[in-house]
Amino acid sequence: MANSTAQKAKAAPAEPVSMMAVLAPAIGWLIPGAGHMIQKRWIRGLLLFVSIMTLFVLGLAMQGRIYKANGGDILDILGFMGDVGAGGIYILTLANDWGQGAIAFATAEYGTRFMVVAGLLNFIAVADAYHIAIGKKK
Amino acid sequence: MTITLNHFSAAAVFALFTSIVFGITHRETTRDMVRYGLYCFAMFLGGVLAAGWAMWLLRK
Repeated sequence: MANSTAQKAKAAPAEPVSMMAVLAPAIGWLIPGAGHMIQKRWIRGLLLFVSIMTLFVLGLAMQGRIYKANGGDILDILGFMGDVGAGGIYILTLANDWGQGAIAFATAEYGTRFMVVAGLLNFIAVADAYHIAIGKKK
Repeated sequence: MTITLNHFSAAAVFALFTSIVFGITHRETTRDMVRYGLYCFAMFLGGVLAAGWAMWLLRK
C-alpha cells in the first residue's frame, strides 16, 4: 500500500507554481477585484471591486466598528479574521483610526457586519482569482 | 458622514452586493453567473420576507 502511494507520487510530479498564481491572490487581497483585473477579467474585477468596497464603505458610514487583532473573545477573533479579508481598505481604516463604532446609532451593528462580510467575500474573490491563475476556472 | 438604513434597506443592499460576488465566484459562464446571482438575490430577499412574516405570526 505504501509502495503504491509512493508510485503515485512519482507518477504525478508537482506542477511548478506560476508567478500569476502567487501574484493574483496577493494583489486581489490588497485591492478587491484586482486579482481578476490583472488576468484581464475586467468586468468581473470591476464588479467585485464595487461590491466589496461599497459594502465596506457603507459599513463605515453606518458607524460600524472595526475589529483589531486580539486574543480575547472568540467572536472578536472571528470578526477580526473577517475584517482582515478586506485587505488594503482594512489597513487604511486602521491607519486612519476609522471604524470606532458609535453605539448611539441603532444601525451601527449592521455596519459592523457589513465590514466583516466584505472581508469574507474578498477571501472568496481571492480564491477565485487563484483558480483562474492555475487554470481551474476560465 | 453617517448613513442610516432601515432593516429592509440594509438587507436589500447586503443581498445585492453579496449576490454579485457569489454569482461571479461560484459559476463558470457569464449566463450562469447572472442566473445564480439573481437566484441568490431572490433567496436572500425571500428569506428576509419569510422570516419577517414568521416573526409577525409568532407575535400574534
